[in-house]
Amino acid sequence: MYKIGLIVNPIAGMGGRVGLKGTDGREILQKAKSLGAISLSPKRTSVALRPLSVIQDNLKLITCPGDMGENETISCGFVSDIINGIKSKETTFADTQKAARIIRDRGVDLLLFAGGDGTARDIYIAIGTTLPVIGIPTGVKIHSAVFASSPSKAGELSLLYLQKKIHKLREVEVMDIDEQAFRNGIVKARLFGYLKIPYERRCIQGGKLGSSPSEEIIQKAIADDIIESMNNDFLYIIGPGTTTRAIMQRLGLSCTLLGVDAVYRKELKGLDLGESELLKLINKEKAKLIITPIGGQGYIFGRGNQQLSPQVIRKVKKENIIIIATCNKIVSLKGFPLLVDTGDLSLDRELNGYVQIVTNYHERAVYRVKF
Amino acid sequence: MGMNMKTKLRNYHAVCWDEPIIYELDRNGERAILVPEVDKKITESVGDGISSIPKSMRRKNVPQLPALSQPQVLRHFLHLSQENLGVDLNIDIGQGTCTMKYSPKINEQFANSEKITEMHPYQDESTSQGLLEIMYKTEQLFKEISGLDRFSLHPGGGAHGIYTISSIIQAYHKSCGEEGKRNEIITTIFSHPADAAAPRVKGYKTIIIYPDENGCPDIEAFKKVVSEHTAALLITNPEDTGIYNSKIAEFTKIVHNFGGLCGYDQANANGLLGITRAKEANFDLSFFNLHKTFSSPHGCGGPGSGIVGVTNKLAKFLPVPVVDYDKKNNKYFLDYDRPDSIGKVKDFYGVIPVILRAYAWIMSLGTEGLREVSNVAILNNNYTMKKILELRGVSMAFPEHKHRIEQVRYSWEKLSKETGITTEDIQRRIFDFGTHYWTSHEPWLIPEPFTIEPSESYSKDDIDEFIAILGQIVKEAYEDPKKLKNAPYKSSVHHIDHEVFDDPSKWAITWRAYKKKYNGYFQPK
Amino acid sequence: MNSKKIVYPYIPNSEPQVQNEMLQEIGANSINELFSDIPEKLLLHKKMNLPKPFLSEYELKRHIESILSKNSTCKENISFLGAGCWQHYVPAVVDEVIHRSEFLTAYAGEPYEDHGRFQAGFEYASMMGDMLEMDVVSIPTYDWSQAASTSLRMSCRITGRNEVIVSKTINPNRLLVIKNYCNPNVNVVMLDFDSKTGLVDINDLEKKISNKTAGVYVENPSYLGSIESNGAKLSEIIHKAGALFLVGVDPSSLGVLTPPINYGADIVCGDLQPLGIHMNYGGGVAGFIATRDEKEFVSEYPSRLFGIAPTENSEWGFGDVMWERTSFANRESSKEFVGTAAALWGIAAGVYLAVMGPEGMQELGKGIIQRSLYAQKEIRKIKGVKLPLFQSANYSEFVVDFNNSGKAIKEINKALLKKGIFGGKDLSKDFPQFGQSALYCVTEIHTKEDIDKLVFALKEVF
Repeated sequence: MYKIGLIVNPIAGMGGRVGLKGTDGREILQKAKSLGAISLSPKRTSVALRPLSVIQDNLKLITCPGDMGENETISCGFVSDIINGIKSKETTFADTQKAARIIRDRGVDLLLFAGGDGTARDIYIAIGTTLPVIGIPTGVKIHSAVFASSPSKAGELSLLYLQKKIHKLREVEVMDIDEQAFRNGIVKARLFGYLKIPYERRCIQGGKLGSSPSEEIIQKAIADDIIESMNNDFLYIIGPGTTTRAIMQRLGLSCTLLGVDAVYRKELKGLDLGESELLKLINKEKAKLIITPIGGQGYIFGRGNQQLSPQVIRKVKKENIIIIATCNKIVSLKGFPLLVDTGDLSLDRELNGYVQIVTNYHERAVYRVKF
Repeated sequence: MGMNMKTKLRNYHAVCWDEPIIYELDRNGERAILVPEVDKKITESVGDGISSIPKSMRRKNVPQLPALSQPQVLRHFLHLSQENLGVDLNIDIGQGTCTMKYSPKINEQFANSEKITEMHPYQDESTSQGLLEIMYKTEQLFKEISGLDRFSLHPGGGAHGIYTISSIIQAYHKSCGEEGKRNEIITTIFSHPADAAAPRVKGYKTIIIYPDENGCPDIEAFKKVVSEHTAALLITNPEDTGIYNSKIAEFTKIVHNFGGLCGYDQANANGLLGITRAKEANFDLSFFNLHKTFSSPHGCGGPGSGIVGVTNKLAKFLPVPVVDYDKKNNKYFLDYDRPDSIGKVKDFYGVIPVILRAYAWIMSLGTEGLREVSNVAILNNNYTMKKILELRGVSMAFPEHKHRIEQVRYSWEKLSKETGITTEDIQRRIFDFGTHYWTSHEPWLIPEPFTIEPSESYSKDDIDEFIAILGQIVKEAYEDPKKLKNAPYKSSVHHIDHEVFDDPSKWAITWRAYKKKYNGYFQPK
Repeated sequence: MNSKKIVYPYIPNSEPQVQNEMLQEIGANSINELFSDIPEKLLLHKKMNLPKPFLSEYELKRHIESILSKNSTCKENISFLGAGCWQHYVPAVVDEVIHRSEFLTAYAGEPYEDHGRFQAGFEYASMMGDMLEMDVVSIPTYDWSQAASTSLRMSCRITGRNEVIVSKTINPNRLLVIKNYCNPNVNVVMLDFDSKTGLVDINDLEKKISNKTAGVYVENPSYLGSIESNGAKLSEIIHKAGALFLVGVDPSSLGVLTPPINYGADIVCGDLQPLGIHMNYGGGVAGFIATRDEKEFVSEYPSRLFGIAPTENSEWGFGDVMWERTSFANRESSKEFVGTAAALWGIAAGVYLAVMGPEGMQELGKGIIQRSLYAQKEIRKIKGVKLPLFQSANYSEFVVDFNNSGKAIKEINKALLKKGIFGGKDLSKDFPQFGQSALYCVTEIHTKEDIDKLVFALKEVF
């Protein structure tokens, strides 16, 4: 018997059609409704559930009452198990978070959720990476990589994962956009957290070389390269991300996945440091900065590591910036350069040019950085 | 309206024997061969032999091999052989970069002749003049084909060739006193993964160049990283996309200006014979895959051969021995007197049967024939390219770059967006038509890739049939995608569950390991 | 007008009319247009100067056979050569299977349409596993030397150390390959052997082993033919130092000799050539590596490992076991490389083991030892010959000391050659401490008469 969780954010996506960006906040929601917005979540969720009908007889959906999942489950003809403790309408983000925890604790194989970045953030807050999830895109602002490229793709991926035709998982970024700024046409994104999703390559094996190593292994290899070349005279500032986290793990140090940490002579010097703390530390020692691109567009500065302010970067100096990334990350840029948006245009210009990225143990890739 | 017989799709089904593992056919006590008995007089003279072995070294347990009779062994393995799609059986243009071509059967007769199979490498050279002559003459042929000055026939494959080249590069820089300084090798992302991996065995750091918008290695990026630390550039040209880097001479010039060497990975040589050579592009080293362009059959993954060629200044570093000719005495001989040699990379002298086949192939074609091989490889590829690009949902990697040499990397990106079908889905469905294709090396720079290399062995009709198959699958992708999702239907086995392969408690690399972990059919113990 | 264009049998589209059709469809006037990417100055503007080809198959055959006829084979003579390439009988069924087109010309397909080669590869590994009593066996690499070199690097990766100890009783050519492969990151220390027994010098091992040692590599039987009898002691010393015990074997001996795992070996390697592969002038070699089924070991194989898996319809399915390269921590870190190597020879070895079966392999080993003992006994009787050189047991090979004969091996072998006999390998260059000595090899292909002929011929030489 397959068991998957389903959470539907009934109000996600209502803003888009009527020209509003997102429905966070009661006021915006009221405005959307008054403009005649109808929720897209139910339809999109139904589309997502359709591919799962082939295993209908063997599948149970653990879901929330009413418009948070029950309705779609019934209309698509699935057997469901409705959890207790959630209202059946006018639900809020708190219900989303509560539901995610309850569903996870019910022992499902996977959690499917319909919504936007906001919903993704709620899921992250609730369960982090303790359960694989797949996002059904319904919201306007989809900056997080946890969403499948379409509702039906979300359903297909779920099916493949349940049937064990794909079984590898990977961590993807959950982004947080400043709503106010976004409505005014400015993109200010922040790395919010990570969720685990099934890796969609079916990994047919063979060919001449057999299988290839996983992302984690390559991250470990990169970490080994960095650690091997660590100079005792330098402070190492480690930026956010899973690739940089591997360095801390390799050294056996605790770290903040979303924050900036510091290491000196392979010992922890500071966790989740802000700009001023970083400046203090850099004043004492020479420093090297290790960063990895955050978010789908390949920003190395400006999308999740704002603590690394122009002042910090200038103090560290361009030649002491080490960029690390796996090959897959570079390939996901589809030929577009790495980007910088430090907030200081002249600094951005300085950072323009070719850099060597550490992509594996004793392996570098030459790539362009643009502002 | 008649069916076009040339593009009529076959009602193919793979052979499907559902063959047991040989251990399941074990019939205790049966024999498939009897071993020559020891002469009674020998036993009388020396006893049973076993008592001469120290007790601690005698085997105590009978090896747990299966016991079958001869016809049963043969039948079992013939069943397995029938469940393979060898080049001989299919329009094998889908295995891009592998250069799947016809391996002439006459060359098999040569390779199976006792005049080579029953030769021991340490026989007196007077008794192996035939093979030494073949080896020497093969080297001369490749000197002309590449323009380089000396060859080693030792390496056992392409990756091994790269390793050998890396060793020679290291020895060269050491002889110049620059061993420590020169610790970087530059290569490209489209190169075979061994181009990055093999030099690392020699302690090199690899720097990888990504392509520019035209699909050629980004020369500006390249210029930024060449330095006095560069030991060598290792590069394929054309690359797996089929794109020829027209600036290659600039690349080699820059490396030479900095005192580095240039190594040519010629895995993709099939479109260049007689057209351009390593010499003209100023390469110092090169290797050829004799099991690709030079027709030796692939053997399920070897034996192959990756002979390495070098310019004169590097010849002294080649592995020992090399084959030389003593004109005065009209004798071929193995020259071990090479004090600067890197030593050895392989046991004995090379993969002789593969070398022999390559020699025979070249000698059956000659200058004009080799040129025709490349001409037709290019013609076939461009014809195929035109036809494939007429299919719905297909694009070529780097489409603005119009020309390709002997292979093309394509992308199903558009089709995938429109139908949700992936290249791996199509790959599984194409098995149902009696052929296959290959996607790409990791990482997949090109989304939803597939790489097609129609070597000169295929006729226009063959290509048309393959295109018709692709056309049918494209049609299904748009009209009935579910069909592809559950393919293959007519293969030797149904869908394989891969989960066991990365779990140490579940994987079983031998039958004995399987029996330790499972009862019956994958019932965990 | 040019003479008629040649239409080549291997090139269907060399036929001019079809070329025109295709060019028309492409919209090009000539093939030259199609590679206009290649700059003018890189084009070869002259014709390659290759010898005149043999266009007809008949002429090609005559040409090749005329060259090959200059060879004098081990079939046409009696050969007592071994030293890393051995003459064993290849059952007809083995050749029959590996000459099958489907096996011969398959390459890199998936475990669906190339299911057969995956199963054949898995069965080869399984049968080798039984001979070695080990649960993990690699798909073949180029040869024994590559297998040994990789085993040494694996031991470095597994232990995190970068010094290895290698016995001096290994094939000297093997040592050259190992040295090259270990250069520059792995330090190779040589281990002496006892000149009386030909076995590994235990005192020397105790001196040289340290907490820097990743692995100790020994061959059994040694290159010079001795069966190592101190396996357990060696294992104790090596493991006490935290190093791995690496043993190289001739797999044909495993019907009678105990698999090295039984005296503590961690990694076992060797050559598959004795198992159903013709000598091919040294071109029939293929290396294997085997270990226990533990993640630390499995992770470090650079070569392919085929695993068995269930399928939707409860058939036997196969695929690559995904290995993870865990340790890059020390300088010896590269995951080496993998490419086309020697898969078909692996399939041959599998068929061979299936044909021989458990009894056949036992009889093979026993018969070889008996014949070898007989040869040693008879040669010993010849005046001027000293045998055995070492106080140890032998498998198929043994050293014959000809120093008292007053003749160099070179001379002796030339004389034997005239009588249609290939004498043992001349050891005088590689092992000068033994003077004029030769390595003789006797296998199941030698009859009593063959051995008697050798003895008679040697007597005549002196």
